[in-house]
Amino acid sequence: MSTSDDPFDADRVLTRSGCACGWHRSAAEHEQAARTLRCEPVADLSEQKRYEGIVASAVMRAVFPRDVARRAFLKSVGAATALAALSQFFPLKTATEAFADAGPPEKKDLKVGFIPITCATPIIMAAPLGFYAKQGLNVEVVKTAGWAVIRDKTINKEYDAAHMLAPMPLAISLGLGANAIPFTVPAIENINGQGITLATKHKDRRDPKDWKGMKFAIPFDYSMHNYLLRYYLAEHGLDPDTDVQLRSVPPPEMVANLRADNIDGFLAPDNICQRAIYDGVGFLHILSKEIWDGHPCCSFAASREFITTAPNSFAALTRAIVDATGYAAKAENRKQIAEAIAPANYINAPVTVLEQVLTGTYADGLGGVKTDPKRVDFDPFPWQSFAVWMLTQMKRWGQIKGDVDYKAVAEQVYLATDTKKVMAEMGLAPPATSYKSFSVMGKSFDPAKPDDYLASFKIRKSS
Amino acid sequence: MTLSLRLRAAIVSIALLAAFLGAWHLATRSSGTTAAMSPEYARLMGLTATQGKSAMPGPLDVGAKLWEHLKRPFYDNGPNDKGLGIQLAYSIGRVGLGYLIAVVVAIPLGFMIGMSPLISRALDPFIQVLKPISPLAWMPLALYTIKDSSISAIFVIFICSVWPMLLNTAFGVAGVRKEWINVARTLEVGTIRRAFTVILPAAAPTILTGMRISIGIAWLVIVAAEMLVGGTGIGYFVWNEWNNLSITNVIIAILLIGLVGMLLDQVLARFTRMVTFPE
Repeated sequence: MSTSDDPFDADRVLTRSGCACGWHRSAAEHEQAARTLRCEPVADLSEQKRYEGIVASAVMRAVFPRDVARRAFLKSVGAATALAALSQFFPLKTATEAFADAGPPEKKDLKVGFIPITCATPIIMAAPLGFYAKQGLNVEVVKTAGWAVIRDKTINKEYDAAHMLAPMPLAISLGLGANAIPFTVPAIENINGQGITLATKHKDRRDPKDWKGMKFAIPFDYSMHNYLLRYYLAEHGLDPDTDVQLRSVPPPEMVANLRADNIDGFLAPDNICQRAIYDGVGFLHILSKEIWDGHPCCSFAASREFITTAPNSFAALTRAIVDATGYAAKAENRKQIAEAIAPANYINAPVTVLEQVLTGTYADGLGGVKTDPKRVDFDPFPWQSFAVWMLTQMKRWGQIKGDVDYKAVAEQVYLATDTKKVMAEMGLAPPATSYKSFSVMGKSFDPAKPDDYLASFKIRKSS
Repeated sequence: MTLSLRLRAAIVSIALLAAFLGAWHLATRSSGTTAAMSPEYARLMGLTATQGKSAMPGPLDVGAKLWEHLKRPFYDNGPNDKGLGIQLAYSIGRVGLGYLIAVVVAIPLGFMIGMSPLISRALDPFIQVLKPISPLAWMPLALYTIKDSSISAIFVIFICSVWPMLLNTAFGVAGVRKEWINVARTLEVGTIRRAFTVILPAAAPTILTGMRISIGIAWLVIVAAEMLVGGTGIGYFVWNEWNNLSITNVIIAILLIGLVGMLLDQVLARFTRMVTFPE
């Protein structure tokens, strides 16, 4: 479930149409006003409305320090009257504006790097759809040629923040494949959103047990793509290090290599999978959500140094990303987003390909049309248990040698606490904890016992 | 009636081009036969899958796309989408800057090496080791130490264009006829003046040949360097279109890279002719 949803609100009016008190044009508006006055987080509202809600809550709390008095007052005059009365002696609008730009950003002109895949949707769309501008930032999103380059450019401070694969900030912080530099993840870019694509000639070889000797491509070593593919193969009894060949290949070359019969398949971002289908060279074997529903894929990353030197810019940037991610989570916005991010300046791909990925109604490459609205989904919350899982896989496949303090690393890199604060400020409902257990291919993962989890795998790198 | 050689060559050139374009057109015609699919499914698929269109574009596709680019070469749709003219200007700018730095370093150093057998011997092992290194091998090192991708690209251009210039300058300077230097000595011309009035003009054709080789290499390298770091330039354009699997645009870029490379070479060829002297 997305953290921006709130389906368990008992007070939500679901059946009645029209407003109960007669002050509002619709029931929805009535409800919003009422919820605002009840000091509840108000979802499904525009930014301005959300801030108004928060400010109104603060004012109400100040006016009625005792909750009993507040409720009595509300009962006697009605929510709408209370709001109107309150606005008269307290300039709610001004206060809202003051809150919205709490602490001017130290640096307004920012550069954010991205890789042109649908995983970067929130980072990219925040530019054309104005989510950065709303936070008073002037952000230039810069397309970057590859994961290693995005790593180097972010480390070199050419970028203030960047789109990275979810395990990359962990790897950079640990000094794997890079200098050890403390990096952070204030938000997850997307969940799900990958798939295993095979060449059309393998359409009758759907059982992974028959895949011995095949060649597969992944985008980068420190990627969920790598860990999920290895996990999937290992669960089917194949040792990914000896039974198949795994190659690091840039995504566009995956499609070309598949066409040229140079590889048998790949686990890649959805739009690359869909592109292979669109071009008639492959079919979708499974979506990555069938391996682990709700898995993180890419992250929004910044160095710790950026946070300490420009905390307000960082907070504004995080707000913009969380906001954009929340917007992207809604199915009704997905078509508009696909159009916004398809031009050459952003992903540079056919709109129909992006639309199929984002709306989840897609051609599977075998002649069928499938529908799965959660094929790619967006939920910004950086669960620290995600980080712990990734660390177990880094250890499992020999990327981390020796011991690792899972919890310490996860908490340093995945900034769940800060994200909670930002989400609460924005009127979203962050989860109470930062760890949750989940299951990957039916095997449940307990973030409190990573070593036991690791020990339970039969296939792993022996070292 | 006999036609001039030039005219006959032009006719053969055009015939070859026509034959090539014709073969290309025939080879990339769509087959038109594809497996039957439901209309709903077909709507979600690309032309290759639905109409058997070749994955390679034909000459007509390329021509149409090229015309589109030439109509508006300088548009700017934000940091990641600029017209071909702007992209080429960025690349030429980078090559120009890296190349100029190389000229400033290579020619004085080449002079020193050419004039002093001691320095020549002393530097020889370094030059021999550094010369054969592929310019792109420097790229990760440059990114890592310079910490700026556009300066790294310029550095790579510098490092790859410096060697041919250096060696040719040294060779040209060392090869200046001894009689001329001896005459200058007899006339008691100072070292500096001797370098500028006797050696430089005599070695100029060789130096310019080195510069001509260098600009060719620099232009070869910039495309690869820009593909690697991204950002701007014709190499980035190729990468961006490759990312979209738009072979049409990649072919257009290849064509333009060839044309610009030829122009750069012609400019230096003209300079070379200007300084060449009959003996």
